[in-house]
Amino acid sequence: MTLQTAPPDVARRLTTVRGTADIAFRSVARAGGIIVLAIMLLVGVFLAFRASQALGVAGFSFFTEQAWEPDAGKFGIAAVLVGTLLIAAVAIVLAVPLATGTALYITEYAPRGLQRFLIGIVDLMAAIPSVVYGLWGFFFLQGTITPVSRWISQTFGWIPLFSVDGVDPNDPLASPTVYTSSTFIAGIVVGLMITPIITSIMREVFSQAPLGEREGALALGSTRWGMIRSVVLPFGKGGMIGGTMLGLGRALGETIAVYMIISPIFVIQPHILQAGTSSVSSLIALRYGEATPFGTSALMAAGLTLFVMTLIINFAASAIVSRSRSGASS
Amino acid sequence: MTDLLERPVQVTGGGTTLPRAVLEANPPKRPEVRRSNGMRISDLLSFVGAAVASLSATIVVFTQLAPLSGPIAFAALFYVIFMLFYALLVAADESAPVVRDRIVLVAVHTLALTVFATLVFVVGFSVIRGAEALPFFNFYTQDMSLAGPLDPLSSGGILHAIAGSLIQIAIALVITVPLGLTTALFLNEIPSPFARFVRTIVEAMTALPSIVAGLFIYASFILLFGFDKSGFAASLAISVMMLPIMIRSADVVLRLVPSTLKEASIGLGGGQWQTVWRVILPTSRSGLVTAIILATARGIGETSPVLLTSGFTAGLNVDPFHGPMVSLPLAIFEFVKSPEPTMIARGFGTAAVLMFIVLLLFVIARIIGGQTIAKRERRADRFRAIGSGFRSLARWTTDAAASALHFFHSRITRMRRPATPGPEKDGTP
Repeated sequence: MTLQTAPPDVARRLTTVRGTADIAFRSVARAGGIIVLAIMLLVGVFLAFRASQALGVAGFSFFTEQAWEPDAGKFGIAAVLVGTLLIAAVAIVLAVPLATGTALYITEYAPRGLQRFLIGIVDLMAAIPSVVYGLWGFFFLQGTITPVSRWISQTFGWIPLFSVDGVDPNDPLASPTVYTSSTFIAGIVVGLMITPIITSIMREVFSQAPLGEREGALALGSTRWGMIRSVVLPFGKGGMIGGTMLGLGRALGETIAVYMIISPIFVIQPHILQAGTSSVSSLIALRYGEATPFGTSALMAAGLTLFVMTLIINFAASAIVSRSRSGASS
Repeated sequence: MTDLLERPVQVTGGGTTLPRAVLEANPPKRPEVRRSNGMRISDLLSFVGAAVASLSATIVVFTQLAPLSGPIAFAALFYVIFMLFYALLVAADESAPVVRDRIVLVAVHTLALTVFATLVFVVGFSVIRGAEALPFFNFYTQDMSLAGPLDPLSSGGILHAIAGSLIQIAIALVITVPLGLTTALFLNEIPSPFARFVRTIVEAMTALPSIVAGLFIYASFILLFGFDKSGFAASLAISVMMLPIMIRSADVVLRLVPSTLKEASIGLGGGQWQTVWRVILPTSRSGLVTAIILATARGIGETSPVLLTSGFTAGLNVDPFHGPMVSLPLAIFEFVKSPEPTMIARGFGTAAVLMFIVLLLFVIARIIGGQTIAKRERRADRFRAIGSGFRSLARWTTDAAASALHFFHSRITRMRRPATPGPEKDGTP
């Protein structure tokens, strides 16, 4: 018997022969992707191009000027940006505790039968049009919240944020109109609007907290709150931060509910309880109609600033969520 | 805690044999099922006691001590005092961690109750304020072209807004559904650095504020190209807003298709198109439909892009390319600008109609989202079984109800769970 030497192993070349249907599918799918990319880039580039015309004229004063008179060459987003941020801040301060409590209730405390129903309700509420929240804020909250605003300004008026100009806080007959149309009321409405969105994400993350660790904590004698504090909240921390930031992104971009409530002014208004504030999106809704081409490009610049802000917040949120232990759940 | 220790402990170990006399004297009890979240009488008493004490204290403060007034202040004070009393009462016979647990329990229940009550109130408020306008049949069959602000609710309606909303959302769907689904398939089935780039851009665009989408269409389509404000322009603005949302959720749904199914299809000799058409799309059909419907619900309720692009008219206009066309959210916005009570009632009635449409879309999404191939097959089997008589029919209905409930839940949780870490998809297709 002779030893046959095997031919040396050669890696077999893999080729894929695609049928006509496959080639057609791949090109159609790729074309779809390219079209969508083109549309999205077109939006971004168009915004940036038109905005750059106004930004070129205004220069850095665009971020420091408070007035909005583009045709007089005097315009900037200092006032509207501060208004936007304050409204979003009030919204977040209100929404985060409410959302955390609701999410904890749904995942940890609610009876099983109720749980599914509540999840459905929260998801439905996240889809309620913002104009409905605006109606509620304008026709109901505006009138009801005034005593609360007055009480806060009387009690905490020594903090600049809560002081109200032009009213004697100790005069019980003072007109309540100074307390309407304020940052505070707009913030409450936006906060209620983003609460279901944040709740939905937090609930999702909390429900993924590992059962073994939950049972371990309970078996070691912890109370239910002890278990939540040592297992559920640390596990869901990334999701909580991410959900909050997504809610913040929505709060910054909210237009119509804010537009219905506030009375626009174009000076920096740091008193959140006082009538008159402004936001970038309501500025656009207010001024687009009468704007000259240059005015439109100034509005574009404001819109672009808002977009860049929400963009940064959204990317930061998804980075935090995907790096956290609870994983990429949004 | 204490009553557990005082209870006599029954020892019935497996290896111990008790004398017959002892067994007959006290027969072994079945082990009691431990209630992990039951309520003891002392819990109830401390809760009720704290509530009564707090109510009394609040009334004393309100009537005798402090110049406070109003229901909000009353509720707030009551709540603060209640928490103090409750903590004190629980602390009387429990340890510090248990006291903290109880306080958090009450706080979490309060927060959840506040949220649900407020949200239901927001919705209910619109329905109640609009209830005046809703019973009129002409509210759904007429437009506002012949009805002025001073006319009673028995003339004029929102037919123009309903028609406008439906036309605009239909055009937006015609644009976004093919583009969105093709792109989502592209992102999943033809992975490449380019696809990753597209995905990043699409994710970035989900952050686009809706008013900026409207401003884009206004500045390009209307100002630059010189078209009139029209329903079509509004549809374009809604499409720009909806497209990233739809692609993102469809992308997540497609990622959930098990790779074993795809491998089985390829292994049996199916081409890529056949895999997509016969395996991927049928498997993810319900999820894709849900993604589309939820994006639709979002698009139909957006006011700000429509405000800039569609124009406003009081008359019915079914031609999306010429003349202004009003939609439901915009109609609400314009109605409530008027100081007339009838117009405001019309605005709230329109809001109720809009919410009803959103609710309807949501329910449809949930019903379709609860279906999968396995479920449809099971149902088909059951239909075949109906022929065998009433008994199987009865079983089918109870089974269907049970499995619908179960499925509803499992489907939702599955849809919301992130993709299981499968094999890396970015290598070979």
